Amino acid sequence: MSIMQTLLNGEQGLFKPKTLTPMQKLTLRFVVVGLVYFGFALVEGMIMRIYEVQPIPFIKSNQFFAIMTAHPLVGIFGSSYSIVFGAFLFLVPFLMKKPLWSFKLASWTFWLLTVGTIVFWGAGFVSHYAPLYTLYWPLPADFSQFSALGGAFFILGIALAMLGAAFFVINIFKTITYTPKGWEKQPAGALLASALGWTGIRNIFRKKKEEHLVPLPVAAVARGSVDVALNSATILFTGVLILVYMVAELSGTSLKHSAIDALLYKNWFWWGLDLVADGLVLIFVAGTWYLLATMISGKALFMQNIARAALLVELVVSWTVWSHHLLSDQAQPALLKVVSGEMVTAFELITQGLAFFITLATLWSARPLKMSNELKFLLGGLLGFALGVPAGIIQADVGLNRILHNTQWVVGPHVHVAVLVGLTMTLHAAIYILFPILTNGAKLYSQKLANIQFWAHLLGGIGMGAFMGMAGLKGMLRRTIYYNGEFNVYMILAALCGGLLLLAFLCFFINIVMSVGLKGLLGIFGRSSLDKDRLLPTGE
Amino acid sequence: MVDSTVVLWGQTLAYTLYAIVMILVVGWVAWKLTKPGKGGGVKPALFFTFVAFLTVLGVSLHLITLKTIPWVEPDLHRASVQVDKTFEIRVGNHEFQLPEARLVVKVGEKVRFDVASDDLTYGFGVFRPDHSMVFQMQVVPGHKNDVIWQFTKPGLYTIRSTEYSGPKGARMILEDAIEVVDGN
Repeated sequence: MSIMQTLLNGEQGLFKPKTLTPMQKLTLRFVVVGLVYFGFALVEGMIMRIYEVQPIPFIKSNQFFAIMTAHPLVGIFGSSYSIVFGAFLFLVPFLMKKPLWSFKLASWTFWLLTVGTIVFWGAGFVSHYAPLYTLYWPLPADFSQFSALGGAFFILGIALAMLGAAFFVINIFKTITYTPKGWEKQPAGALLASALGWTGIRNIFRKKKEEHLVPLPVAAVARGSVDVALNSATILFTGVLILVYMVAELSGTSLKHSAIDALLYKNWFWWGLDLVADGLVLIFVAGTWYLLATMISGKALFMQNIARAALLVELVVSWTVWSHHLLSDQAQPALLKVVSGEMVTAFELITQGLAFFITLATLWSARPLKMSNELKFLLGGLLGFALGVPAGIIQADVGLNRILHNTQWVVGPHVHVAVLVGLTMTLHAAIYILFPILTNGAKLYSQKLANIQFWAHLLGGIGMGAFMGMAGLKGMLRRTIYYNGEFNVYMILAALCGGLLLLAFLCFFINIVMSVGLKGLLGIFGRSSLDKDRLLPTGE
Repeated sequence: MVDSTVVLWGQTLAYTLYAIVMILVVGWVAWKLTKPGKGGGVKPALFFTFVAFLTVLGVSLHLITLKTIPWVEPDLHRASVQVDKTFEIRVGNHEFQLPEARLVVKVGEKVRFDVASDDLTYGFGVFRPDHSMVFQMQVVPGHKNDVIWQFTKPGLYTIRSTEYSGPKGARMILEDAIEVVDGN
């Protein structure tokens, strides 16, 4: 086949969208939109990186900070949530061996995430609404700096995405517990207890152990979904609060900022916001590692009862660690700083370390393994968290935070290495392993492109984090602009590594498009005539 | 008091060594995974040793920094610490208002910087001429924001907001606002 024919019809014309079930199509839509938003976030990241080297004349500082506001939100809600939710809405019914509770609700999740992201991104782009994702009070309601109307649209977009997340949570728990039509009555309470970890707790005190009704990866999805629900509720509540100020302003009444205590608000908002970074991401990632390790190795998970218990510990830990974001807030009680900020946060080193070890030990038991794309990306993901989590534990220390808070260290070796290398490479491993299942056996266009993608992503991600970290240790702040090139050496090197990340993304995107073809890509968004209750066209 | 650059140097060394070791470990595991194994899996004893190691590491990190980083204990008990000098600073409308044009401090003097915000959440950071950070704290409106510091080296230091407070915040810089003079 010529390149043009491959571009139109996909590698060897093997991808036939008409053979896909509605569930396969929906999952692929989530993946495609997630990848497009990942590309958005990458381009935004590159613009900001270049800006940190030399402010770009046609981008004003308020536009720069609007990009900085949208960048993490597009990356998390537009990209990661889309890919993760899409994969889990397929995998939970797949592993539970029953249909998804509501296909319609899953479609709503897809559209709400997709539209919500474009609405808040657009609001920031047009109105330059830029309070950053932290929304420190009273900045989001400071209408001497930001447009109330632009802000209202921004909040609306976030609210739509959060509603989509809430629908995802409902669908996951209902799928675990409901009884499909014509089936024998399912033990909903026991299924829920198993999913959330209550069965495991009871087993500690019982001689006769109760069987776990829910597979381990589904338990991880359920426990992570608890944090998704709490996080969505916190963000929605905060959004409504800010919206009240905006609506009042638009109606000609300026409400007093002092009505809200800035420190109390900061505690509340970080409690909810941190459920993403220190909760659902870690739990979902651990669950995905376990699933990938068992699928790649064909072996049972090493120490699976401990792995199951660690997921519950991680969930509880995620509710109690928010104070590490307030170690530099001097009015924050010292007890909260030490207990929540330092000690409980250090538990993440243990829970994530366990997941790292258990995954590697499971793979180890199946040697020799072929170095497939899913295996190499899984190893990349493991390395990303092995580097990123301890970098976070270091800054979650009362002493070190005094000289690291809000520097590039926080956002480089911790955030970007954990997210770009750890989370993203794990997601790419999942996409590679699910690709033949979701496409009914389509063939990957180029292994060479996949190899370039792997090395460019790994080196680019770690390199960018490292150079940002070095700049941070030399005093370079995040969330600001350096007008005189004070940290140019580090920023140029970080930008070059960012270029590698962009190259990796292009390789991945081209590989996917060439594998399924443009016709196939459009076909994913068409209707399927097959049964909504079937995950795959033939036996599951 | 130990200078913050010394603490950062120690941290850089420790983390760099850790990162190199971890990259090598994952690289080695990746290489070994493609080679035939002996059929046996990982022994549980190794797993539990690893768990014990992580627990010790997680707990000891903060105990070590509590005992070795000199500003931690006074910071946690700030209210009861007797200081040699206090500077009351206000921030509002993206501007720092200092009590004097230049704050003069002696090396080794215990100084309290008490910063109040009139409107937004800001940051208060002190930087060396090479732009490296001496220390910082958040400045939250409606709350007491104070930090105690002992400078170890004479020289001129810059004050800069370390928290985003809107696009104007990037220009909240007071060059050479603090002068540290020899204590003798």
